[in-house]
Amino acid sequence: MNANVIRLEIVGEAENGQSEVKHVKQGVEAPPCQPAASVAIAPEEGAKKGAWREKGAAMLKNILLPSLTFLLVGVLWAFVHSHVAHEIPSPAETWDRAREVLAHPFYENGPNDMGIGWQVSYSLGRVMAGFALAALVGIPVGFIMGSSESFSRAWQPLIQILRPVSPLAWLPIGLLLFKAVNPSAIFVIFITSIWPMIVNTAAGVKAIPRDYMNVAAVLRLGRFEVTRKILLPATLPHVLTGMRLSLNIAWMVIVAAEMLTGGIGIGFYVWDEWNNLNMPSIIVAIGIIGVVGIVLESGMNLIQRYFDYNRQ
Amino acid sequence: MSSYLTLEHVGMTFKTQSGNFRALDNINLEIDKGEFISLIGHSGCGKSTVLNIVAGLLKTREGVILLDGREVSDPGPDRAVVFQNHSLLPWLTVYENVRLGVDKVFSVSKSKKERDDWTRHNLELVHMSHALEKRPGEISGGMKQRVGIARALAMEPKVLLMDEPFGALDALTRAHLQDSVMDIQAKLGNTVIMITHDVDEAVLLSDRIVMMTNGPAATVGEILAVDLPRPRDRLEMANDKRYHELRAEVLDFLYRRQLRPAA
Repeated sequence: MNANVIRLEIVGEAENGQSEVKHVKQGVEAPPCQPAASVAIAPEEGAKKGAWREKGAAMLKNILLPSLTFLLVGVLWAFVHSHVAHEIPSPAETWDRAREVLAHPFYENGPNDMGIGWQVSYSLGRVMAGFALAALVGIPVGFIMGSSESFSRAWQPLIQILRPVSPLAWLPIGLLLFKAVNPSAIFVIFITSIWPMIVNTAAGVKAIPRDYMNVAAVLRLGRFEVTRKILLPATLPHVLTGMRLSLNIAWMVIVAAEMLTGGIGIGFYVWDEWNNLNMPSIIVAIGIIGVVGIVLESGMNLIQRYFDYNRQ
Repeated sequence: MSSYLTLEHVGMTFKTQSGNFRALDNINLEIDKGEFISLIGHSGCGKSTVLNIVAGLLKTREGVILLDGREVSDPGPDRAVVFQNHSLLPWLTVYENVRLGVDKVFSVSKSKKERDDWTRHNLELVHMSHALEKRPGEISGGMKQRVGIARALAMEPKVLLMDEPFGALDALTRAHLQDSVMDIQAKLGNTVIMITHDVDEAVLLSDRIVMMTNGPAATVGEILAVDLPRPRDRLEMANDKRYHELRAEVLDFLYRRQLRPAA
């Protein structure tokens, strides 16, 4: 399992580093564009051998180097456990706990004692619900903001003020509105997800080249046709970027939100285990949260790449 | 009333932050059906503005544009534009880019099968039949411009407007495309207005070259009839005395009579 995890992480990072240009301004991120495909010109003879050697070296680098890092951190961790802070559980203890937890991820012992699989599923459910609602509202709003100067003028200041607020600050308002924790957590995720979607969609609409609209004008496309045939496809990469950013943040926020709301969910699981002073469980949970985060990110990356019309 | 496309007293003033900018002044032009016209002038002289006004992409209150006896002001497929940077929609394939226009223009007059045939026919005309399913990101700049030309041709425009169509291409590709355009125009007899800053291109392709004065308030300086017989061959032209005289005349206008003071 470890080897797989390592591999995923490295692939994800390499892609982020290479293929994305980040606009610092207003947190708008440009959609990824693939680097130009490199053309290898090698003589037929011996080229295969060289290619294999290169591939082997790359594999070695991608697996060996991260493995070394994990090993190093493991050693450091063991040292901290034995010499600095004994309260931190040892790697071996944690490993045992991980095997225990992962052996029966979906057990059910009443509503207050459920397997880690259930905890993650409930959290994911809330994230998806809030995320979907945010998409439903945020993407159309982003479209209007991008295409209407006055709408943008009217709403921009409010959005600028609300965007940097930690979504958790909205939790009491959610509780007040819904009088229940589950909808409140979803509400927090909704607030988390909506800003990147609005901002990126609006930026995408604004970034549509004048030329495309000229083409539409020459073809005398109607308003509906322009939206369907030009606005939507031209903006889609930006929209997906907004969704990816949203999902990343939402997954971080849900853990904190659930710590406050309680119930079933990976966030409350962490908090509960802290109350039980069960440190190995917490470390295992951190690992699982990270892996789920990577899976979400890779999923969004795949979707984004599928719709990236500039891919070679 | 005899000409096919007429520009009468066309002027243009842009409102800028530092006041009004008079871009074009009193442009008069009469173009016959099937004529190939080049607009040449230094950059910033308003050539593109003229083209955009004819295309309807820019609106002006001054002057009239008559096409085939009717005044035109809004953009439309009867004045198809080949944009300088091709402006293909990157999420559509080569075929779909052309088909989009075909579907729009011939939605009533052609059946589905006919529109498919017509799309393929026009892509064949520009030698792009091999790349129907490719996306613009997968083909070269010259090929993109070929598709842009096919898209415009497929609308069966009354006038084909080309805004520095070969400006972004390397010299060899440009020569290929110029030859293609000459072939197609000989075959179909399109009426064409092309913007260029390339003297050889203007002389080689045009029936008449409209030379524009420098802005602000640019206008038509001189019109030069290119009386070279067609079909014109690029290699023969290299040794043609008349070709060089015409070329010299354009150069003289551009670099002696209209030398940019700032350049």
